[in-house]
Amino acid sequence: MSDYESFDYDVLVIGAGGAGLRAAIEAAQSGVKVGLVCKSLLGKAHTVMAEGGMAASMGNVDDRDNWKVHFADTMRGGQYLNNWRMAELHAKEAAERVHELEGWGAVFDRTPDGRILQRNFGGHRYPRLAHVGDRTGLELIRTLQDYAVHQGIEVHMEQTVVDLFKTDGRVSGAFSYDRELGRFKAFNAKAVVLATGGIGRSFAVTSNSWEYTGDGQALAFRIGASLIDMEFVQFHPTGMVWPLSVAGILVTEGVRGEGGILKNSEGRRFMFDDIPPLYKNQTADTPEEGWRYVIGDKEARRPPELLTRDHVARCIVREVKAGRGSPHGGVFLDIAWIKEKINDSEAHIKKKLPSMYHQFMQLAGLDITKEPMEVGPTTHYVMGGIRVDADSQMTDVPGLFAAGECAAGLHGANRLGGNSLSDLIVFGKRAGEYAVKFAKENGDVRFDAQEAKASGQRAVAPFERVGGENPFTIHHELQKLMQEKVGIVRVESELQEAIEELAKLRVRAENSAPNGNREYNPGWHTCLDLPNMMTVAEACAKSALERKESRGAHARADYLEKEPVFAKINHQTVEADDGSVKVVAIPTVPMREDLQEIIDWQQK
Amino acid sequence: MPSAKFQIWRGDSHQSGELQEYPVEFQEGMVVLDVVHKIQAEQQPDLACRWNCKAGKCGSCSAEINGKPRLMCMTRMDQIDVSEPVTIEPMRSFPLMKDLVTDVSWNYKIKQKIKPFKPRKPDAPDGSWRMQQEDVERVQEFRKCIECFLCQDVCHVLREHHLHDEFIGPRFFVYTASLEMNPLDTEDRLADLKEEHGIGYCNITKCCTDVCPEHITITDNAIIPLKERVVDRFFDPLTKLFRMFA
Ligand SMILES: Cc1cc2nc3c(=O)[nH]c(=O)nc-3n(C[C@H](O)[C@H](O)[C@H](O)COP(=O)(O)OP(=O)(O)OC[C@H]3O[C@@H](n4cnc5c(N)ncnc54)[C@H](O)[C@@H]3O)c2cc1C
Ligand code: SF4
Ligand code: SF4
Ligand code: FES
Repeated sequence: MSDYESFDYDVLVIGAGGAGLRAAIEAAQSGVKVGLVCKSLLGKAHTVMAEGGMAASMGNVDDRDNWKVHFADTMRGGQYLNNWRMAELHAKEAAERVHELEGWGAVFDRTPDGRILQRNFGGHRYPRLAHVGDRTGLELIRTLQDYAVHQGIEVHMEQTVVDLFKTDGRVSGAFSYDRELGRFKAFNAKAVVLATGGIGRSFAVTSNSWEYTGDGQALAFRIGASLIDMEFVQFHPTGMVWPLSVAGILVTEGVRGEGGILKNSEGRRFMFDDIPPLYKNQTADTPEEGWRYVIGDKEARRPPELLTRDHVARCIVREVKAGRGSPHGGVFLDIAWIKEKINDSEAHIKKKLPSMYHQFMQLAGLDITKEPMEVGPTTHYVMGGIRVDADSQMTDVPGLFAAGECAAGLHGANRLGGNSLSDLIVFGKRAGEYAVKFAKENGDVRFDAQEAKASGQRAVAPFERVGGENPFTIHHELQKLMQEKVGIVRVESELQEAIEELAKLRVRAENSAPNGNREYNPGWHTCLDLPNMMTVAEACAKSALERKESRGAHARADYLEKEPVFAKINHQTVEADDGSVKVVAIPTVPMREDLQEIIDWQQK
Repeated sequence: MPSAKFQIWRGDSHQSGELQEYPVEFQEGMVVLDVVHKIQAEQQPDLACRWNCKAGKCGSCSAEINGKPRLMCMTRMDQIDVSEPVTIEPMRSFPLMKDLVTDVSWNYKIKQKIKPFKPRKPDAPDGSWRMQQEDVERVQEFRKCIECFLCQDVCHVLREHHLHDEFIGPRFFVYTASLEMNPLDTEDRLADLKEEHGIGYCNITKCCTDVCPEHITITDNAIIPLKERVVDRFFDPLTKLFRMFA
């Protein structure tokens, strides 16, 4: 029953989104044997959904842009809790990685002189996001996928990893089941790259798919890697709020980048009412200046709709709470208004935001070229994740690497839009490169067959539970709990309640049971996902409890301000002796002087 | 709450399966995928279906709703007649795995056989290329493809004549077109199109274009121009003559 088939790789990559594909390509090109595992079919990972674009300071639209400005923007956006070395590497290498994609077949939108077009996005000083309409993620994943399949990588689709192996203090492989028939595969690997994405499925209102159950974070955690910054979950300010069944589906920031404005029920552009000091001198004073920025006037400053996501999300919550929301509990996002400014605005909107147009037309029966949308915050991205070394992306466990959304450090307390897709290709490449290096330097390792057997037994255990609970019920309760008590605005008493209730849910999860058999059985899959979701949820709640301040994406009703002591602290999640989740404060590393100078100069 | 009767195909690779009926209540604005998920969560936890984005972006949730190939996440309940039972079946051109999930691996194998993108040497001073928007627009239409394989499902050459070994199907003509019409590409795929990929089997019924959720004009913009290129190359006497002496 717990029989498994074995495979041998130099490098095993878990996850086939942008980060995993890029890592696998890099590893395969160095000639080693590479295996790639993913839960969905190839090309369906989260990356496919990304809309707005990827940030790289190519300076094609505004030649004042360069890596230093991108670096400073990223650090400011992250409230300086970022790993500054990652922010440096990211800003320096993103442009080259984007150009490389073009050589692999990506077809970006063009500037009038034929170069890659870049658009405005929140928190980016200059137009910086390379894009293809509002389907940039599709372009990225398809390009990497079509290129990867010719690199001799062995792909295992619809295969879910449930355990990592460790031998002699280093990672040695992974254990998995296939969705189709529930058969097991065990992978021996000299190095493993995790690129499994985020945790958003633990929240009720989310832009994330069924895949985002925090697998990579939990897998790494269980074999001794630590997590950091888990309190920082990004609530994207603009998700759909109506109809209810589509609540949470993302409305790209690109809408605001193209001139979309936020209004409350009184018709007021409330974003002008509250501009944080850190951004005062970069933000437009009047709607008129904001519009000039949108159409490329270099003298004009950004409209306040393009402030960072954490801030915009909180302003929306404030308007709704004050009774100035839209009929279905959001606010209005209006792009149709640009008809006052440009001829043929309808065609322009459809060209720039085609999938938004279709999304609203088909799901809400609303024409965004004519009417405002209703939007509200949705769980979107986790800044926290597996702690890695900046240069190599190696975790605390030798031979185990992590890249993309499941890794942490680049984004600090808040991620800027567009900085994820560039993160994937910059650090995906690095993880692949260093995984190969590790594999070559450290040679063979074998996982313990006893451990594999135990993994198999654990995986089928849910079928043996008599009278077990429906796993979907537990999942829904978890989502509700996290949304209500560990959501956009947090408070001590609720966080404590959440932690207690999580412990109870964990016990129930251990008694969840599927019906049917091992063939393509979502009930069974959910039974196995639940413990991972619990681990990341607990890490999030406990880190949030410790951070007694409001900073970036983490907002506390009982500590409204930023506190200087927390400006120099990251929260690290480690396994306590009893196996539970423990949070410790670690001091941030002082920034290199030349980088600090860039920040100081950019502040001015 | 309005209600409906869903008849969902239940079966796996061992047994051919049958439609089973589930009564459900649904809310305003729900799509078919929501209703399938509701049945899964409340009545049938082992009901198999694929999905990821719930917004028509990933192409995972393809199925046949009342016999029509569609994305479940983009089909609103208020667009279908619920006075009769609603049938939800898997794509019929591919082998069944379980319930609504089919084995689409054939598509991945086909793609691998198509010669990959091969750009000309970078020729701009910064080591990249220059391309005009109007020159890439055509290719961008094809690159919107989300690989839902609904066009493959509906094409009679695959569905009825099962020519999977000789014919790559509309999705991969779109893919070939996206490569052939990329201004940077230098590869030549015309002989393959004619010999290996069976473009001649397509008799331009346009059923593929009709079902494409990305509204790609598969037949007019991809297949017909490719057919023309093939004809020009292989059947035009002048070109042939020229090639003989070239
Ligand atoms: C709607 C939406 C729009 C977005 N828009 C933008 C944007 O415009 N710009 C931007 O920069 N960012 C954007 N983001 C964020 C960005 O898309 C994601 O952060 C990014 O794509 C994550 O990539 P990844 O490679 O880390 O993971 P993913 O692309 O999510 O891939 C994860 C992979 O890991 C696999 N996996 C997970 N667990 C397991 C397991 N246990 N076993 C085996 N495989 C596993 C999955 O199957 C998948 O293949 C957006 C996100 C969303 C949801
Ligand atoms: S037009 Fe050609 S490819 Fe499309 S469905 Fe008809 S025969 Fe098939
Ligand atoms: S061409 Fe259209 S119908 Fe065919 S796979 Fe692509 S998106 Fe689907
Ligand atoms: S779930 Fe992605 S297209 Fe339907």
